[in-house]
Amino acid sequence: MESFSFPILTLMIFIPIIGMLILAFLKQSQLQAIRTVSAVFSGIPLVLAVVLLANYDPGGGFQYIEKVSWIPSLNIHYFLGADGISMPMLVLTALLSFISIIASFGIVHRAKEYFIFFLLLQVGMMGVFAALDFFLFYIFWEIMLVPMYFLIGIWGGPRKIYAAIKFFLYTLFGSIFMLVGILVLYFFAVDPSTGANIYTLDLTILAQMAQNGDGLFLREGLQLMVWMFFFIAFAIKVPVWPFHTWLPDAHVEAPTAVSVILAGVLLKMGTYGLLRISFPILPYGTDYFSNFMAVLGVIGIIYGALVSMAQKDLKKLVAYSSVSHMGYCLLGMSVFSHFGKEFIVGISGCMFQMISHGLITGALFLLVGVIYDRAHTREIAAFGGLWTKVPVYGSLMTFFCMASLGLPGLSGFISEFLIFVGGFARYKILTGIAVLGVVLTAGYFLRMIQKVFLGQFNIKWSDLTEINFREIFTVTPLAILTLLIGIYPRALSYMMDDTLIDLSNRIIDGVNIVKGIIG
Amino acid sequence: MNLRFDIMIPELFLFGWAIVVLTADLFFIKEKKNALLYMSQFGFLAAAALVIFTPTGPNEVGFGYMFYNDTFASFFKIVILLAGFMAVSSSFEAVQKSIEHKGEFFGLVIMSAVGMMFLVSSTELVSLYVALELSTIPLFILTAFQKRYLKSSEAGLKYLILGALSSALLLYGMSFMYGMTGTTVLLAGSITMLLNSANVHYGLVLSLVLVVAGLGFKLALVPFHMWAPDVYEGAPTPITSYLSVASKAAGLAALTRIVYGFYTVGTAAEYWGILIAILAALAMIIGNFAALLQSNIKRMLAYSSIAQAGYILVGFVAASQLGLSGISIYIFAYLFANMGAFAIVVAVDHKLNSDRIEDYAGMARRSPLIAVCMTIFLLSLAGIPPTAGFIAKYKVFMAAIENGTLFWLVMIAVATTVVSIFYYARVIKEMFITEREVESSESKWILSSPITIAILVGLIGTLIIGIYPEPFLELASTVTQSFVY
Repeated sequence: MESFSFPILTLMIFIPIIGMLILAFLKQSQLQAIRTVSAVFSGIPLVLAVVLLANYDPGGGFQYIEKVSWIPSLNIHYFLGADGISMPMLVLTALLSFISIIASFGIVHRAKEYFIFFLLLQVGMMGVFAALDFFLFYIFWEIMLVPMYFLIGIWGGPRKIYAAIKFFLYTLFGSIFMLVGILVLYFFAVDPSTGANIYTLDLTILAQMAQNGDGLFLREGLQLMVWMFFFIAFAIKVPVWPFHTWLPDAHVEAPTAVSVILAGVLLKMGTYGLLRISFPILPYGTDYFSNFMAVLGVIGIIYGALVSMAQKDLKKLVAYSSVSHMGYCLLGMSVFSHFGKEFIVGISGCMFQMISHGLITGALFLLVGVIYDRAHTREIAAFGGLWTKVPVYGSLMTFFCMASLGLPGLSGFISEFLIFVGGFARYKILTGIAVLGVVLTAGYFLRMIQKVFLGQFNIKWSDLTEINFREIFTVTPLAILTLLIGIYPRALSYMMDDTLIDLSNRIIDGVNIVKGIIG
Repeated sequence: MNLRFDIMIPELFLFGWAIVVLTADLFFIKEKKNALLYMSQFGFLAAAALVIFTPTGPNEVGFGYMFYNDTFASFFKIVILLAGFMAVSSSFEAVQKSIEHKGEFFGLVIMSAVGMMFLVSSTELVSLYVALELSTIPLFILTAFQKRYLKSSEAGLKYLILGALSSALLLYGMSFMYGMTGTTVLLAGSITMLLNSANVHYGLVLSLVLVVAGLGFKLALVPFHMWAPDVYEGAPTPITSYLSVASKAAGLAALTRIVYGFYTVGTAAEYWGILIAILAALAMIIGNFAALLQSNIKRMLAYSSIAQAGYILVGFVAASQLGLSGISIYIFAYLFANMGAFAIVVAVDHKLNSDRIEDYAGMARRSPLIAVCMTIFLLSLAGIPPTAGFIAKYKVFMAAIENGTLFWLVMIAVATTVVSIFYYARVIKEMFITEREVESSESKWILSSPITIAILVGLIGTLIIGIYPEPFLELASTVTQSFVY
């Protein structure tokens, strides 16, 4: 697996660091230069990501592999690669990072530090999606925490310090469980063919071992424990229902662009972690807990939607809608491969949902930021009849709300449809309840549109200005992609299908072997 | 008996150098006393170089195991000397401001380092005890060195009384050890034979408790930690940093020699694991929770260092190659992060005359580089990658999980790690988030070059171990090679 080709993934991950160094030497007052440098060094990874996407071979397994021995005494490698699960995430991350940087041009207060932290955040995020060694994955996972803490803590709203430390502690609490799980994996994973310890954190090798002989690979009780540890870490990030309380605080306090990243990328790390680590490496645990995941997912869908309905604050509404939408992901992935190896509808719906939620909710947060910048309030009741004043803004907002509530023809519909098809095959009642979530979602989005854009015009906003060119520029790519995936979902699924079928195979093989042993 | 003065050349050199510094004090006029600091820096570095070139191994034994130069000893000597170097470097401002007898100050620091170097090389009870006293007595004086500052005198006295008490406990325990075996040499093989022939299991447990209590005071383990926050607060800050790192490293080495060397049979071997494990758990819990409540940064770092000792003990309890190399790398990581953080505390104290955490407000605007360095040190103490502290914690937890029976201890360790981020983040919050009007006169901080060196050494060490730990892990794993179990 040693490979010495051009290290394009490394370049893509670490190029923002050069931007950080350049920024460090600029003066706080050179705003234009700061903006340009940040945009350039966040844009290069996007260009590289598109190049990678163009050259991606859907049937080729892991690609763009880079593997160098890093800490030989602990058998840890610097190991990067991309497959059908990580490739879309890498592109999404690069795109949203670039858009967020553009959207942050309005930041004047301590702008230099802001962009330095933002670029560091981008390094951590891209790293998480490209890492194939668990240790490396963990390092990127943690690196992200610090800039995020600062971004919420310095540039956030009134309760920023509370929100920032809450985010930090919650995530750290989860990731420290992951660390213990990693160590258990390292010491107790046994190669089924030889019975010897393997002492590796290489995710591809671990997955291979799990597929070949899972019961020997990690004793069943131990496997369930490790699965739970990883689940806590990932569930906090997603956030799955009982662990979600950091999310509304962080979202409401965070500046607009940071909310975009939080919703668009950070939440996906949780589901990505489940798909990349828990599913292939701990198939027995995944199977054992799949009902549990489905139930938590459905609770999240309904709970998030109900709480959204009660929100008076525009941003909180979108934040809670994330809890609801990420619940669909969990429901979708929990069905995985119950009906044969080729049955990937649920999981593929989950992937669609990850991407489409990233695009749609990212755009919604941007749009909420647009109105907040002008009106300095986000209270839904404070607006009314804005459509007459800001028609372009109103149309964009409506477009993304419709996408979010699952209007056919837009990407949200595809993902929800796939999840329901998959879910219904296994969980008839649960999926039935989950479908109610769509109605509730439509309820709160339509109510919001009605109160903000329709009805009597509130003359208080008579000098409200229309969305400007830069702001339109930031949401346009998201709108195009939402539409593209909605009309031609194959644009996304051609990339993922082979990888997901492979994942499905792994789980079924792994589960069958354990069940064979237990009897 | 083989005298082997050649393997103690670094100690002898440093001892001589202490005398040279003391004497040189007489010949410098008041304005030139800075030279003493540079001389001390040189002394520490030269001694470290000598340590590197002094042979190590199973055959490097002198004075009938009173002095044993294995890789374990020489690793800890390097740690002690680096800590001494950084403490002396960071004392530039403090010495100019509030230390009157500069020659004695530097002489005593060096002398204490000599004691610690002997201590980590002792595999025999008498030399171990004498070396321990040689290392702590200068520290009593140094703690009380700012004699016009009441808290300093109080701290010195407190440290002296509790130090004497702990020495008495230790000696009492040692007397049992001698009584049961008739030897003072800590060689596990022969000790095991002697102990097996004598039926003394409960005596062993009694002596174990006494020895651990005695050394527990030196290491500031809970529940023997009461002195630490007061002493750390009262002592001149460079001395605090030296105490928290060098003294801890030396005490840990002594504990390792005694426990691994002596308590290897019967009930004692069964009990010391659980005893130390409980002490580790207490240190992590009490240290981290008490640190949450502090408003003085020196007291906060005092409690944090109590907690850090707990994490080190997690590796100690694992009692394996991995554990021993884990505590070595931990000490190394802790050295750089803690000394670096304390150097910044000295700098801030010098500029603002304050140790209060809230006075760190606005640091990121005033001197962003210092704020960034401090953040890296604190994140390393908390164990966030990519810093040395993470690698160290990883290695220590690894050892504990490999052991198989210490899972509960690891869970406590990880849970308290989350608690710890709360108080470390508080300092970071003050520095970066809290806005504060900065007067233009204080906007630029120029630090003296010695203290800058101390901070830089800490920063480089913390980042290199964090990003490319392999050479350091190799180094730490050689520590166990010639260790006599």
